[in-house]
Amino acid sequence: MSTEGNGYRSGSNLEKILKAGHFAFTGELGPPRGTDADEVREKARFLKGNVDAVNITDNQTAMVRMSSWAASLLILQEGLEPNYQMVCRDRNRLAMQADILGAYAHGIKNMLCLSGDHCKFGDHPQARGVFDVDSMQLINMVKNMRDEARFQGGAEIAHPPKIFIGAAANPFADPFEWRVHRLAKKISAGVDFIQTQCIYNMDKFRAWVKQANDMGLTEKVYILAGVTPMKSVGMAKYMKNKVPGMDVPDEVIKRLQGAEKGKVAAEGIKMACEQIEEFKEMKGVHGVHLMAIEWEHKVAEIAEQAKVLPRPQVD
Amino acid sequence: MIVAKRKPFEEIKAMIKDHKKILTVGCGTCVAVCLAGGEKEVDVLNAELEMARKLDNNPVELGAFTIERQCDIEYLEKLDGMMEDYDAVVSMACGVGVQFLAERFPEKPVYPAVDTSGLAANRAVGWYEERCRSCESCMLGWTGGICPMTMCAKSLQNGPCGGTNRGKCEISQEQDCAWFQIYERLAAQGRLDSIHEFKPACEWKDQVPRTLIQPGYKKPEAD
Repeated sequence: MSTEGNGYRSGSNLEKILKAGHFAFTGELGPPRGTDADEVREKARFLKGNVDAVNITDNQTAMVRMSSWAASLLILQEGLEPNYQMVCRDRNRLAMQADILGAYAHGIKNMLCLSGDHCKFGDHPQARGVFDVDSMQLINMVKNMRDEARFQGGAEIAHPPKIFIGAAANPFADPFEWRVHRLAKKISAGVDFIQTQCIYNMDKFRAWVKQANDMGLTEKVYILAGVTPMKSVGMAKYMKNKVPGMDVPDEVIKRLQGAEKGKVAAEGIKMACEQIEEFKEMKGVHGVHLMAIEWEHKVAEIAEQAKVLPRPQVD
Repeated sequence: MIVAKRKPFEEIKAMIKDHKKILTVGCGTCVAVCLAGGEKEVDVLNAELEMARKLDNNPVELGAFTIERQCDIEYLEKLDGMMEDYDAVVSMACGVGVQFLAERFPEKPVYPAVDTSGLAANRAVGWYEERCRSCESCMLGWTGGICPMTMCAKSLQNGPCGGTNRGKCEISQEQDCAWFQIYERLAAQGRLDSIHEFKPACEWKDQVPRTLIQPGYKKPEAD
Protein backbone atom coordinates (compact mmCIF):
# COMPACT_ATOMS: atom_id res chain seq x y z
CA MET A 1 0.00 0.00 0.00
CA SER A 2 2.68 2.44 0.99
CA THR A 3 3.91 4.74 -1.74
CA GLU A 4 7.08 6.25 -0.37
CA GLY A 5 7.35 4.30 2.83
CA ASN A 6 5.08 6.81 4.57
CA GLY A 7 2.09 4.49 4.80
CA TYR A 8 0.01 6.59 2.41
CA ARG A 9 -1.57 5.23 -0.75
CA SER A 10 -1.38 8.59 -2.50
CA GLY A 11 -0.21 11.14 0.03
CA SER A 12 -3.01 13.51 -0.99
CA ASN A 13 -4.16 16.10 1.51
CA LEU A 14 -7.57 14.43 1.69
CA GLU A 15 -5.99 11.07 2.47
CA LYS A 16 -3.75 12.61 5.14
CA ILE A 17 -6.67 14.37 6.83
CA LEU A 18 -8.75 11.18 6.88
CA LYS A 19 -5.89 8.93 7.98
CA ALA A 20 -5.10 11.30 10.84
CA GLY A 21 -8.68 10.83 12.02
CA HIS A 22 -9.84 14.36 11.32
CA PHE A 23 -13.38 15.03 10.14
CA ALA A 24 -12.91 15.78 6.42
CA PHE A 25 -14.70 18.59 4.62
CA THR A 26 -14.70 18.64 0.81
CA GLY A 27 -16.30 21.01 -1.67
CA GLU A 28 -17.32 21.01 -5.29
CA LEU A 29 -16.75 23.16 -8.35
CA GLY A 30 -18.44 22.85 -11.72
CA PRO A 31 -16.20 23.93 -14.63
CA PRO A 32 -17.60 26.58 -17.01
CA ARG A 33 -19.30 26.01 -20.35
CA GLY A 34 -16.59 28.02 -22.03
CA THR A 35 -12.91 28.82 -21.83
CA ASP A 36 -12.83 31.42 -19.04
CA ALA A 37 -10.12 30.22 -16.66
CA ASP A 38 -10.81 33.19 -14.37
CA GLU A 39 -14.29 31.85 -13.69
CA VAL A 40 -12.68 28.69 -12.28
CA ARG A 41 -10.11 30.70 -10.31
CA GLU A 42 -12.79 32.95 -8.85
CA LYS A 43 -14.90 30.00 -7.67
CA ALA A 44 -11.72 28.38 -6.32
CA ARG A 45 -10.91 31.44 -4.19
CA PHE A 46 -14.23 31.07 -2.35
CA LEU A 47 -13.27 27.50 -1.47
CA LYS A 48 -9.63 28.02 -0.55
CA GLY A 49 -8.89 27.38 3.10
CA ASN A 50 -12.45 26.20 3.71
CA VAL A 51 -12.23 22.66 2.32
CA ASP A 52 -9.67 19.83 2.19
CA ALA A 53 -10.24 19.00 -1.48
CA VAL A 54 -12.52 20.17 -4.27
CA ASN A 55 -14.46 17.84 -6.56
CA ILE A 56 -14.17 18.97 -10.16
CA THR A 57 -17.18 17.64 -12.00
CA ASP A 58 -16.89 15.84 -15.35
CA ASN A 59 -19.46 17.02 -17.90
CA GLN A 60 -22.04 16.97 -15.12
CA THR A 61 -25.63 16.20 -16.12
CA ALA A 62 -24.17 15.24 -19.52
CA MET A 63 -23.61 18.89 -20.51
CA VAL A 64 -20.32 19.76 -22.19
CA ARG A 65 -18.03 21.77 -19.93
CA MET A 66 -14.33 22.51 -19.63
CA SER A 67 -12.70 19.11 -19.05
CA SER A 68 -12.38 18.09 -15.44
CA TRP A 69 -8.61 17.51 -15.60
CA ALA A 70 -8.05 20.98 -17.10
CA ALA A 71 -10.14 22.68 -14.42
CA SER A 72 -8.37 20.50 -11.83
CA LEU A 73 -5.02 21.91 -12.98
CA LEU A 74 -6.36 25.46 -12.70
CA ILE A 75 -7.36 24.98 -9.07
CA LEU A 76 -4.09 23.18 -8.34
CA GLN A 77 -2.35 26.37 -9.50
CA GLU A 78 -4.56 28.29 -7.07
CA GLY A 79 -3.25 26.15 -4.21
CA LEU A 80 -6.29 23.90 -3.80
CA GLU A 81 -6.37 20.14 -4.00
CA PRO A 82 -8.63 18.73 -6.71
CA ASN A 83 -10.71 15.60 -6.50
CA TYR A 84 -10.75 14.81 -10.20
CA GLN A 85 -14.10 13.32 -11.24
CA MET A 86 -14.22 10.87 -14.15
CA VAL A 87 -17.35 9.38 -15.65
CA CYS A 88 -17.60 6.16 -17.68
CA ARG A 89 -19.99 7.75 -20.16
CA ASP A 90 -17.50 9.73 -22.23
CA ARG A 91 -14.34 7.67 -22.66
CA ASN A 92 -13.11 4.14 -23.12
CA ARG A 93 -10.44 2.42 -21.03
CA LEU A 94 -7.59 3.71 -23.20
CA ALA A 95 -8.65 7.34 -22.86
CA MET A 96 -9.35 6.91 -19.14
CA GLN A 97 -5.95 5.46 -18.37
CA ALA A 98 -4.19 8.04 -20.53
CA ASP A 99 -6.00 10.85 -18.69
CA ILE A 100 -5.16 9.31 -15.33
CA LEU A 101 -1.44 9.17 -16.20
CA GLY A 102 -1.52 12.76 -17.43
CA ALA A 103 -3.52 14.01 -14.46
CA TYR A 104 -1.16 12.38 -11.99
CA ALA A 105 1.88 13.69 -13.88
CA HIS A 106 0.49 17.18 -13.23
CA GLY A 107 -0.03 16.55 -9.52
CA ILE A 108 -3.63 15.35 -9.29
CA LYS A 109 -3.84 12.79 -6.49
CA ASN A 110 -7.56 12.18 -5.84
CA MET A 111 -10.12 10.75 -8.22
CA LEU A 112 -13.82 10.09 -8.03
CA CYS A 113 -14.97 7.22 -10.25
CA LEU A 114 -18.56 7.57 -11.51
CA SER A 115 -20.90 5.98 -14.04
CA GLY A 116 -22.13 9.39 -15.22
CA ASP A 117 -25.61 10.66 -15.96
CA HIS A 118 -27.06 9.24 -19.17
CA CYS A 119 -26.49 11.37 -22.30
CA LYS A 120 -30.24 11.74 -22.54
CA PHE A 121 -30.18 14.34 -19.74
CA GLY A 122 -27.75 16.70 -21.39
CA ASP A 123 -27.30 18.96 -24.38
CA HIS A 124 -26.16 16.17 -26.70
CA PRO A 125 -28.92 13.63 -26.09
CA GLN A 126 -28.10 11.70 -29.28
CA ALA A 127 -24.46 11.11 -28.31
CA ARG A 128 -23.22 7.55 -27.96
CA GLY A 129 -22.58 6.67 -24.34
CA VAL A 130 -19.31 4.77 -24.06
CA PHE A 131 -19.60 2.72 -20.83
CA ASP A 132 -16.68 0.52 -21.91
CA VAL A 133 -16.16 -0.06 -18.19
CA ASP A 134 -18.62 0.68 -15.39
CA SER A 135 -17.81 2.70 -12.27
CA MET A 136 -16.96 -0.42 -10.28
CA GLN A 137 -14.54 -1.57 -12.99
CA LEU A 138 -13.04 1.93 -13.18
CA ILE A 139 -12.28 1.79 -9.45
CA ASN A 140 -10.61 -1.57 -9.96
CA MET A 141 -8.64 -0.31 -12.96
CA VAL A 142 -7.22 2.66 -11.00
CA LYS A 143 -6.44 0.38 -8.06
CA ASN A 144 -4.47 -2.03 -10.27
CA MET A 145 -2.68 0.87 -11.96
CA ARG A 146 -1.64 2.14 -8.53
CA ASP A 147 -0.95 -1.00 -6.52
CA GLU A 148 0.08 -3.50 -9.20
CA ALA A 149 1.58 -1.00 -11.65
CA ARG A 150 -0.48 -2.66 -14.36
CA PHE A 151 -2.66 -1.25 -17.09
CA GLN A 152 -6.07 -2.82 -17.46
CA GLY A 153 -4.70 -4.79 -20.42
CA GLY A 154 -1.99 -6.27 -18.20
CA ALA A 155 1.13 -4.39 -19.34
CA GLU A 156 3.43 -2.86 -16.77
CA ILE A 157 3.34 0.87 -15.97
CA ALA A 158 6.56 2.76 -15.48
CA HIS A 159 6.04 5.16 -12.54
CA PRO A 160 2.45 4.20 -11.67
CA PRO A 161 -0.06 6.88 -10.63
CA LYS A 162 -0.59 7.00 -6.86
CA ILE A 163 -4.22 8.01 -6.75
CA PHE A 164 -6.53 8.16 -3.71
CA ILE A 165 -9.58 6.40 -5.12
CA GLY A 166 -13.06 7.70 -4.49
CA ALA A 167 -16.52 6.66 -5.58
CA ALA A 168 -20.10 7.68 -5.03
CA ALA A 169 -22.80 5.85 -3.11
CA ASN A 170 -26.50 6.50 -3.17
CA PRO A 171 -27.99 5.15 0.06
CA PHE A 172 -31.52 6.04 -1.07
CA ALA A 173 -31.96 4.45 -4.48
CA ASP A 174 -33.93 1.22 -4.73
CA PRO A 175 -33.59 -1.54 -3.78
CA PHE A 176 -32.52 -0.14 -0.40
CA GLU A 177 -31.45 -3.59 0.91
CA TRP A 178 -28.96 -3.87 -1.94
CA ARG A 179 -27.30 -0.50 -1.33
CA VAL A 180 -24.94 -1.62 1.41
CA HIS A 181 -23.91 -4.66 -0.63
CA ARG A 182 -23.09 -2.40 -3.54
CA LEU A 183 -20.88 -0.43 -1.15
CA ALA A 184 -19.20 -3.71 -0.20
CA LYS A 185 -18.62 -4.44 -3.90
CA LYS A 186 -16.97 -1.04 -4.38
CA ILE A 187 -14.70 -1.80 -1.43
CA SER A 188 -13.71 -5.15 -2.90
CA ALA A 189 -13.05 -3.38 -6.22
CA GLY A 190 -10.58 -1.16 -4.36
CA VAL A 191 -12.21 2.12 -3.33
CA ASP A 192 -10.58 4.23 -0.57
CA PHE A 193 -13.29 6.80 0.09
CA ILE A 194 -16.96 7.34 -0.65
CA GLN A 195 -18.90 10.55 -1.16
CA THR A 196 -22.64 9.96 -0.86
CA GLN A 197 -25.57 11.35 -2.77
CA CYS A 198 -27.08 14.49 -1.15
CA ILE A 199 -28.74 13.43 2.09
CA TYR A 200 -32.14 14.74 3.13
CA ASN A 201 -33.74 11.59 4.48
CA MET A 202 -31.73 11.25 7.68
CA ASP A 203 -33.62 8.17 8.95
CA LYS A 204 -32.73 6.23 5.84
CA PHE A 205 -29.13 7.43 5.93
CA ARG A 206 -28.77 6.38 9.60
CA ALA A 207 -30.12 2.94 8.70
CA TRP A 208 -27.66 2.61 5.80
CA VAL A 209 -24.65 3.65 7.90
CA LYS A 210 -25.71 1.25 10.63
CA GLN A 211 -25.78 -1.60 8.11
CA ALA A 212 -22.34 -0.56 6.87
CA ASN A 213 -21.06 -0.44 10.47
CA ASP A 214 -22.56 -3.85 11.24
CA MET A 215 -20.87 -5.36 8.18
CA GLY A 216 -17.53 -3.81 9.19
CA LEU A 217 -17.42 -1.76 5.97
CA THR A 218 -16.82 1.62 7.63
CA GLU A 219 -13.50 0.31 8.91
CA LYS A 220 -12.41 -0.40 5.35
CA VAL A 221 -13.54 2.79 3.63
CA TYR A 222 -13.90 6.46 4.55
CA ILE A 223 -17.44 7.75 4.17
CA LEU A 224 -18.09 11.42 3.45
CA ALA A 225 -21.76 12.32 3.83
CA GLY A 226 -23.16 14.39 0.97
CA VAL A 227 -24.77 17.70 1.95
CA THR A 228 -26.43 20.23 -0.36
CA PRO A 229 -28.12 23.16 1.35
CA MET A 230 -31.51 24.03 -0.13
CA LYS A 231 -31.65 27.54 -1.54
CA SER A 232 -35.41 27.70 -2.01
CA VAL A 233 -38.66 25.77 -1.79
CA GLY A 234 -38.59 25.45 -5.59
CA MET A 235 -35.20 23.78 -5.47
CA ALA A 236 -36.40 21.32 -2.82
CA LYS A 237 -39.44 20.41 -4.92
CA TYR A 238 -37.30 20.05 -8.03
CA MET A 239 -34.87 17.76 -6.19
CA LYS A 240 -37.75 15.69 -4.85
CA ASN A 241 -39.62 15.29 -8.11
CA LYS A 242 -37.11 15.62 -10.94
CA VAL A 243 -33.73 14.31 -9.82
CA PRO A 244 -33.49 10.51 -10.12
CA GLY A 245 -32.35 8.72 -6.99
CA MET A 246 -32.98 11.75 -4.74
CA ASP A 247 -35.01 11.30 -1.55
CA VAL A 248 -36.41 14.55 -0.14
CA PRO A 249 -38.95 13.97 2.66
CA ASP A 250 -41.97 16.26 2.89
CA GLU A 251 -40.77 17.56 6.29
CA VAL A 252 -37.80 19.20 4.57
CA ILE A 253 -40.08 21.07 2.18
CA LYS A 254 -42.50 22.01 4.99
CA ARG A 255 -39.70 23.41 7.11
CA LEU A 256 -38.48 25.59 4.23
CA GLN A 257 -42.05 26.72 3.53
CA GLY A 258 -42.33 27.70 7.17
CA ALA A 259 -39.33 30.03 7.01
CA GLU A 260 -39.93 33.79 7.04
CA LYS A 261 -39.99 35.57 3.71
CA GLY A 262 -36.44 36.22 2.50
CA LYS A 263 -35.01 33.74 4.97
CA VAL A 264 -35.56 30.44 3.16
CA ALA A 265 -31.92 30.15 2.05
CA ALA A 266 -30.74 30.89 5.61
CA GLU A 267 -33.05 28.14 6.84
CA GLY A 268 -31.59 25.78 4.22
CA ILE A 269 -28.08 26.52 5.48
CA LYS A 270 -29.22 26.04 9.08
CA MET A 271 -30.66 22.63 8.18
CA ALA A 272 -27.42 21.65 6.45
CA CYS A 273 -25.39 22.69 9.52
CA GLU A 274 -27.63 20.65 11.81
CA GLN A 275 -26.97 17.65 9.56
CA ILE A 276 -23.23 18.28 9.66
CA GLU A 277 -23.32 18.44 13.47
CA GLU A 278 -24.99 15.03 13.54
CA PHE A 279 -22.52 13.57 11.01
CA LYS A 280 -19.59 14.69 13.18
CA GLU A 281 -20.88 12.40 15.92
CA MET A 282 -22.13 9.57 13.71
CA LYS A 283 -20.14 6.34 13.92
CA GLY A 284 -18.96 5.31 10.46
CA VAL A 285 -19.04 8.81 8.97
CA HIS A 286 -15.60 10.36 8.42
CA GLY A 287 -16.46 13.69 6.91
CA VAL A 288 -18.83 15.75 4.81
CA HIS A 289 -18.87 16.48 1.10
CA LEU A 290 -20.54 19.85 0.61
CA MET A 291 -22.13 20.29 -2.80
CA ALA A 292 -23.10 23.96 -2.76
CA ILE A 293 -24.30 24.02 -6.36
CA GLU A 294 -23.52 27.39 -7.96
CA TRP A 295 -23.23 28.70 -4.41
CA GLU A 296 -19.45 28.57 -4.02
CA HIS A 297 -19.43 32.08 -2.48
CA LYS A 298 -21.50 30.74 0.42
CA VAL A 299 -19.08 27.94 1.32
CA ALA A 300 -17.03 30.02 3.77
CA GLU A 301 -20.20 31.06 5.62
CA ILE A 302 -21.50 27.48 5.71
CA ALA A 303 -18.15 26.11 6.88
CA GLU A 304 -18.00 28.77 9.60
CA GLN A 305 -21.55 28.06 10.75
CA ALA A 306 -20.91 24.29 10.65
CA LYS A 307 -17.83 24.84 12.86
CA VAL A 308 -15.44 22.95 10.59
CA LEU A 309 -12.91 25.80 10.42
CA PRO A 310 -10.00 26.14 10.48
CA ARG A 311 -9.18 23.12 8.35
CA PRO A 312 -6.55 20.89 9.94
CA GLN A 313 -3.06 20.70 8.45
CA VAL A 314 -1.34 17.30 8.34
CA ASP A 315 2.29 17.04 7.28
CA MET B 1 -36.07 -12.40 -34.12
CA ILE B 2 -34.62 -9.40 -35.95
CA VAL B 3 -36.96 -6.43 -35.90
CA ALA B 4 -37.08 -3.40 -38.14
CA LYS B 5 -39.37 -0.55 -38.99
CA ARG B 6 -40.05 1.02 -42.32
CA LYS B 7 -38.14 4.18 -43.10
CA PRO B 8 -40.13 7.39 -43.48
CA PHE B 9 -41.74 7.42 -46.91
CA GLU B 10 -40.08 10.69 -47.96
CA GLU B 11 -36.65 9.24 -47.23
CA ILE B 12 -37.32 6.19 -49.40
CA LYS B 13 -38.78 8.32 -52.16
CA ALA B 14 -35.77 10.67 -52.18
CA MET B 15 -33.25 7.79 -52.35
CA ILE B 16 -34.76 6.30 -55.51
CA LYS B 17 -36.04 9.40 -57.29
CA ASP B 18 -33.69 9.00 -60.29
CA HIS B 19 -34.57 5.36 -61.03
CA LYS B 20 -37.36 4.49 -63.43
CA LYS B 21 -37.59 0.70 -63.06
CA ILE B 22 -37.37 -0.59 -59.54
CA LEU B 23 -37.78 -4.04 -58.03
CA THR B 24 -38.98 -4.05 -54.42
CA VAL B 25 -37.85 -7.22 -52.68
CA GLY B 26 -39.51 -8.37 -49.47
CA CYS B 27 -38.18 -10.87 -46.95
CA GLY B 28 -40.51 -13.56 -45.67
CA THR B 29 -38.95 -14.26 -42.29
CA CYS B 30 -38.17 -11.87 -39.40
CA VAL B 31 -39.24 -8.59 -41.00
CA ALA B 32 -42.44 -10.21 -42.25
CA VAL B 33 -43.31 -11.37 -38.73
CA CYS B 34 -42.67 -7.90 -37.32
CA LEU B 35 -44.85 -6.32 -40.02
CA ALA B 36 -42.10 -4.25 -41.64
CA GLY B 37 -40.88 -5.92 -44.81
CA GLY B 38 -42.92 -8.96 -45.87
CA GLU B 39 -45.07 -9.49 -48.95
CA LYS B 40 -47.87 -7.26 -47.67
CA GLU B 41 -45.53 -4.38 -46.83
CA VAL B 42 -43.93 -4.64 -50.29
CA ASP B 43 -47.33 -4.13 -51.90
CA VAL B 44 -48.17 -1.20 -49.62
CA LEU B 45 -44.85 0.53 -50.32
CA ASN B 46 -45.15 0.03 -54.06
CA ALA B 47 -48.69 1.42 -54.09
CA GLU B 48 -47.55 4.51 -52.20
CA LEU B 49 -44.53 4.99 -54.45
CA GLU B 50 -46.54 4.61 -57.60
CA MET B 51 -49.06 7.20 -56.53
CA ALA B 52 -46.45 9.68 -55.27
CA ARG B 53 -44.33 9.43 -58.41
CA LYS B 54 -47.39 9.96 -60.58
CA LEU B 55 -48.22 13.12 -58.63
CA ASP B 56 -44.62 14.24 -59.08
CA ASN B 57 -44.81 13.70 -62.86
CA ASN B 58 -42.02 11.19 -62.48
CA PRO B 59 -43.68 7.86 -63.18
CA VAL B 60 -41.95 4.66 -62.14
CA GLU B 61 -42.29 1.02 -63.09
CA LEU B 62 -42.33 -1.13 -59.98
CA GLY B 63 -41.89 -4.85 -59.55
CA ALA B 64 -42.58 -6.83 -56.41
CA PHE B 65 -41.06 -10.07 -55.23
CA THR B 66 -40.73 -11.59 -51.78
CA ILE B 67 -38.29 -14.38 -51.00
CA GLU B 68 -38.17 -16.53 -47.90
CA ARG B 69 -34.91 -15.09 -46.58
CA GLN B 70 -32.60 -12.48 -48.09
CA CYS B 71 -29.79 -13.64 -45.80
CA ASP B 72 -29.60 -17.02 -47.52
CA ILE B 73 -28.00 -17.69 -50.93
CA GLU B 74 -30.42 -20.54 -51.62
CA TYR B 75 -33.34 -18.07 -51.68
CA LEU B 76 -31.47 -15.15 -53.29
CA GLU B 77 -30.84 -17.36 -56.31
CA LYS B 78 -34.53 -17.05 -57.13
CA LEU B 79 -33.85 -13.42 -58.13
CA ASP B 80 -31.21 -14.41 -60.71
CA GLY B 81 -32.43 -13.50 -64.16
CA MET B 82 -34.98 -10.94 -62.90
CA MET B 83 -32.49 -8.15 -62.49
CA GLU B 84 -31.99 -7.14 -66.11
CA ASP B 85 -35.53 -5.73 -66.16
CA TYR B 86 -34.74 -3.21 -63.40
CA ASP B 87 -32.24 -0.43 -62.86
CA ALA B 88 -32.42 -0.48 -59.03
CA VAL B 89 -33.59 -2.62 -56.12
CA VAL B 90 -35.35 -1.64 -52.91
CA SER B 91 -34.84 -4.23 -50.20
CA MET B 92 -37.25 -4.49 -47.30
CA ALA B 93 -35.04 -6.96 -45.43
CA CYS B 94 -32.94 -6.23 -42.35
CA GLY B 95 -29.43 -4.84 -42.80
CA VAL B 96 -28.07 -8.34 -43.27
CA GLY B 97 -30.46 -9.12 -46.12
CA VAL B 98 -29.83 -5.79 -47.86
CA GLN B 99 -26.08 -6.41 -47.88
CA PHE B 100 -26.39 -9.99 -49.02
CA LEU B 101 -28.67 -8.95 -51.86
CA ALA B 102 -26.28 -6.14 -52.87
CA GLU B 103 -23.40 -8.60 -52.83
CA ARG B 104 -25.27 -11.03 -55.09
CA PHE B 105 -26.04 -8.30 -57.66
CA PRO B 106 -23.07 -5.94 -57.40
CA GLU B 107 -23.92 -4.07 -60.61
CA LYS B 108 -27.30 -2.88 -59.24
CA PRO B 109 -27.87 -0.07 -56.77
CA VAL B 110 -29.67 -1.50 -53.73
CA TYR B 111 -31.58 0.74 -51.30
CA PRO B 112 -32.87 -0.16 -47.83
CA ALA B 113 -36.53 0.54 -47.10
CA VAL B 114 -36.38 -0.34 -43.40
CA ASP B 115 -34.25 0.60 -40.39
CA THR B 116 -33.12 -2.47 -38.50
CA SER B 117 -33.40 -1.99 -34.75
CA GLY B 118 -32.28 -5.22 -33.13
CA LEU B 119 -33.07 -8.60 -31.64
CA ALA B 120 -36.44 -8.46 -30.01
CA ALA B 121 -39.30 -10.42 -28.52
CA ASN B 122 -42.91 -10.21 -29.64
CA ARG B 123 -44.74 -8.70 -26.64
CA ALA B 124 -48.05 -8.30 -28.49
CA VAL B 125 -49.14 -7.80 -32.10
CA GLY B 126 -47.02 -4.97 -33.50
CA TRP B 127 -45.12 -4.51 -30.20
CA TYR B 128 -41.52 -5.67 -29.98
CA GLU B 129 -39.03 -5.28 -27.17
CA GLU B 130 -35.27 -5.51 -27.63
CA ARG B 131 -33.76 -8.27 -25.55
CA CYS B 132 -30.26 -9.04 -26.90
CA ARG B 133 -27.28 -7.04 -28.20
CA SER B 134 -25.47 -10.18 -29.42
CA CYS B 135 -22.41 -9.36 -27.30
CA GLU B 136 -21.14 -12.94 -27.61
CA SER B 137 -20.52 -13.13 -23.83
CA CYS B 138 -23.89 -14.21 -22.48
CA MET B 139 -24.25 -13.38 -18.78
CA LEU B 140 -27.92 -14.31 -18.36
CA GLY B 141 -26.93 -17.26 -16.15
CA TRP B 142 -25.91 -15.02 -13.27
CA THR B 143 -28.29 -12.12 -13.92
CA GLY B 144 -31.54 -14.00 -13.41
CA GLY B 145 -32.30 -14.21 -17.13
CA ILE B 146 -32.36 -10.40 -17.59
CA CYS B 147 -29.73 -8.90 -19.90
CA PRO B 148 -27.97 -5.86 -18.40
CA MET B 149 -26.09 -5.23 -21.68
CA THR B 150 -29.41 -4.62 -23.41
CA MET B 151 -31.85 -3.63 -20.69
CA CYS B 152 -29.59 -1.28 -18.68
CA ALA B 153 -29.22 2.08 -20.45
CA LYS B 154 -25.56 2.13 -19.41
CA SER B 155 -24.91 -1.61 -19.96
CA LEU B 156 -23.58 -1.82 -16.40
CA GLN B 157 -22.25 -5.19 -15.28
CA ASN B 158 -22.16 -4.11 -11.63
CA GLY B 159 -25.43 -2.20 -11.32
CA PRO B 160 -27.69 -0.62 -10.41
CA CYS B 161 -26.33 2.92 -10.69
CA GLY B 162 -27.49 5.74 -8.41
CA GLY B 163 -30.05 6.84 -10.98
CA THR B 164 -32.42 3.94 -10.40
CA ASN B 165 -35.71 5.51 -9.43
CA ARG B 166 -38.40 3.45 -7.68
CA GLY B 167 -37.71 0.51 -9.98
CA LYS B 168 -37.46 2.67 -13.10
CA CYS B 169 -34.46 3.79 -15.12
CA GLU B 170 -33.25 7.39 -14.85
CA ILE B 171 -33.81 7.86 -18.59
CA SER B 172 -37.57 7.35 -18.43
CA GLN B 173 -40.44 6.41 -16.17
CA GLU B 174 -41.51 4.05 -18.96
CA GLN B 175 -38.29 2.06 -18.76
CA ASP B 176 -37.79 -0.48 -15.99
CA CYS B 177 -34.42 -0.48 -14.25
CA ALA B 178 -32.77 -3.72 -15.40
CA TRP B 179 -30.72 -4.04 -12.23
CA PHE B 180 -33.72 -3.49 -10.00
CA GLN B 181 -35.40 -6.37 -11.83
CA ILE B 182 -32.28 -8.52 -11.66
CA TYR B 183 -32.13 -7.94 -7.91
CA GLU B 184 -35.81 -8.74 -7.39
CA ARG B 185 -35.68 -11.93 -9.43
CA LEU B 186 -32.48 -13.24 -7.87
CA ALA B 187 -33.75 -12.36 -4.38
CA ALA B 188 -36.96 -14.31 -5.04
CA GLN B 189 -34.88 -17.28 -6.21
CA GLY B 190 -32.51 -17.00 -3.25
CA ARG B 191 -29.59 -16.44 -5.64
CA LEU B 192 -28.30 -12.98 -4.69
CA ASP B 193 -24.87 -14.53 -4.18
CA SER B 194 -24.37 -14.47 -7.92
CA ILE B 195 -24.23 -10.65 -7.97
CA HIS B 196 -22.32 -10.08 -4.73
CA GLU B 197 -19.05 -10.66 -6.49
CA PHE B 198 -17.38 -7.83 -8.43
CA LYS B 199 -17.48 -8.45 -12.19
CA PRO B 200 -14.28 -7.34 -13.93
CA ALA B 201 -14.16 -5.27 -17.12
CA CYS B 202 -15.83 -6.88 -20.11
CA GLU B 203 -13.73 -8.33 -22.93
CA TRP B 204 -15.79 -6.95 -25.80
CA LYS B 205 -16.10 -9.32 -28.73
CA ASP B 206 -18.23 -7.16 -30.99
CA GLN B 207 -15.50 -4.73 -32.02
CA VAL B 208 -14.63 -6.57 -35.23
CA PRO B 209 -16.83 -8.08 -37.96
CA ARG B 210 -17.53 -11.57 -36.66
CA THR B 211 -17.55 -14.81 -38.58
CA LEU B 212 -19.08 -17.83 -36.93
CA ILE B 213 -18.22 -21.38 -38.00
CA GLN B 214 -19.89 -24.09 -35.95
CA PRO B 215 -17.80 -27.00 -34.72
CA GLY B 216 -17.51 -29.71 -37.36
CA TYR B 217 -17.90 -27.22 -40.23
CA LYS B 218 -15.36 -25.19 -42.12
CA LYS B 219 -15.20 -22.19 -44.39
CA PRO B 220 -16.09 -23.30 -47.94
CA GLU B 221 -13.26 -23.18 -50.47
CA ALA B 222 -13.30 -20.11 -52.68
CA ASP B 223 -14.78 -20.77 -56.15
